[in-house]
Amino acid sequence: MSEVKIKIENLYKIFGPRAKEYTNKVKSGIDKDELLAKYNHVLGLDNINLDIKEQSIQVVMGLSGSGKSTLIRHINRLIEPTEGTVLVDGEDITKLNKADLLEFRRNKTGMVFQRFALFPHHNILDNVQFGLSIKNLDKSESKDKAMYWIEKVGLTGFENKFPNQLSGGMQQRVGLARALAIDPDILLMDEAFSALDPLIRTDMQDQLLDLQKNLKKTIIFITHDLDEALKLGDRIAILNGGKLVQDGNAEEILLNPADEYVSNFVKDVNRIKVLKIGSIMNIDGNMNESNPSVMVDESIENCLPTMLESESSLNVLDNDKNFVGVISKNNIAEILRRSKD
Amino acid sequence: MSSESLRLFKKSVDGAYRSFSAKYGDAIEAVFDPVLYFLVWFEKLLHNSPWPLVILALLGLVYLGSRSIYLTIGSLFAFLFIGYFGMWDDTMSTVSIIGVCTALTIGFGIPVGILMSGSDRARAMITPILDIMQTMPSFVYLIPVVMLLGIGKIPGLLAVIIYAIPPVIRLTDLGIREVNKEVLEAADAFGANRMQKLFRVQLPLALPTIFAGINQTIMMALAMVVIASMIGVKGLGQPVLKAITNQYFTMGLLNGLAIVALAIIFDRVSQSYGKRMQQHRAGANE
Repeated sequence: MSEVKIKIENLYKIFGPRAKEYTNKVKSGIDKDELLAKYNHVLGLDNINLDIKEQSIQVVMGLSGSGKSTLIRHINRLIEPTEGTVLVDGEDITKLNKADLLEFRRNKTGMVFQRFALFPHHNILDNVQFGLSIKNLDKSESKDKAMYWIEKVGLTGFENKFPNQLSGGMQQRVGLARALAIDPDILLMDEAFSALDPLIRTDMQDQLLDLQKNLKKTIIFITHDLDEALKLGDRIAILNGGKLVQDGNAEEILLNPADEYVSNFVKDVNRIKVLKIGSIMNIDGNMNESNPSVMVDESIENCLPTMLESESSLNVLDNDKNFVGVISKNNIAEILRRSKD
Repeated sequence: MSSESLRLFKKSVDGAYRSFSAKYGDAIEAVFDPVLYFLVWFEKLLHNSPWPLVILALLGLVYLGSRSIYLTIGSLFAFLFIGYFGMWDDTMSTVSIIGVCTALTIGFGIPVGILMSGSDRARAMITPILDIMQTMPSFVYLIPVVMLLGIGKIPGLLAVIIYAIPPVIRLTDLGIREVNKEVLEAADAFGANRMQKLFRVQLPLALPTIFAGINQTIMMALAMVVIASMIGVKGLGQPVLKAITNQYFTMGLLNGLAIVALAIIFDRVSQSYGKRMQQHRAGANE
């Protein structure tokens, strides 16, 4: 579970004809705006170091222009790095030759795009089969696989329709099925749900989490929406101006934002809903048999009714019903006060 | 340049070309033998088959291409009119040369267009050549073609192709360059190699645009038929030429109308075919 699947080390990307020459300038501390103003080169990524764990959902967040789409394209090398390494299962994919890179893309990574990028001249079945047909897989086998994924994403009966006959949400399900059909270890999702309207987006998020329970893929999910990040991400990496400013789980990001950029980002989040009891409980307290109990991985919001009815603090139990700490009204009040500042 | 040296210059270039064509004319002509053989065979087939059969076959193609019953009936009347006024054989000659010419322009034009779309340098080199081909008065390039190959079907065919091929090339290039970048990126992300991208994504998506080019090419080839008749291409152009030199107004008009009828049929069929292809290709992301 905790094996590192993708290891990104000292990754730099500068866009422009003389990118290599300017990496040293960037290393010596020039920032994005200065590089653009003085040398007319665009700084895409600035010394990114990131470990992505196997079978986890790593969210990469940032405003537009922060380099998140650039970063995800380095994992399947749709963009060549200026400097640095990207290790997948210990293999440096920046060193792969052309043929090996094609093989890598055909087998290891599936990608889902913001604006779906379906093939408009293919029907749904052929769209989902695309990656398989690129691999020259046997026809009937590839059809079976495609039909399986079409069913999994709930589009049975639409195989013979064309993309322009489907709604946005349905098109993105096709995009998801197309990526999953090649059975990749790694799923790259570039703002996959950003173009969908809110209700459908929530739906798709739930579906993704549901699928992930069984699939256990390593998912890299790009988004600019913090609620989406908090809902999906096992870990959340935040980019600003090509720099990685923080990488951590939801609690770490909310409770200990690394800088002002991150704290601005998380300012409006409903902490009560997102934070789990475990992250604010008091582990020094003692078990009191007469007090009510709550579970450590419940959200604060869920325990609020119990809390408000109770005169005292609550016992916090883990999944095996062992006592792990106490939580009091003061703990919650402090979180609420902090988010107001 | 003085008039004396200009005269010398023209003379020496002409002389050089003349000796070149004397030396290699036959060899170059031999290269075109298979085309000539096919052209003659196709023309004979159209001439010798019973006309109701030919009309039936043509109407079948019209219907398959356009799926329009009105156009098919209209074409039937056009063909009957052509036959009734004694222009059947000339029309069939024209149809055969247009057919062969279209096949050859597609065969050459699309690969050249693909080459252009893949490299900005190739595009920069080919574009001026296409400009010359389209703007140079056609009589001018008829001269070297006739000098090299004499008068006949093949030089005529070459003249028609030179005049008519640019739209296919240009629109193939344009069509491929216009393919949605995101869709191409998706193909890349799934590990498609160059050929797979070309044949599974770029060409299919460029096809409606390419077809617009083919449509224009056919129209230009038809327009060239009259001029090509001056160097011995049989067909509707010859009676038109005869009518011009002898001031036969009715003869000119009738044959001119036959060319117009063919043009309308070719145009409507290829356009509605192109439109049908477009159905699912545009606006998938909207």
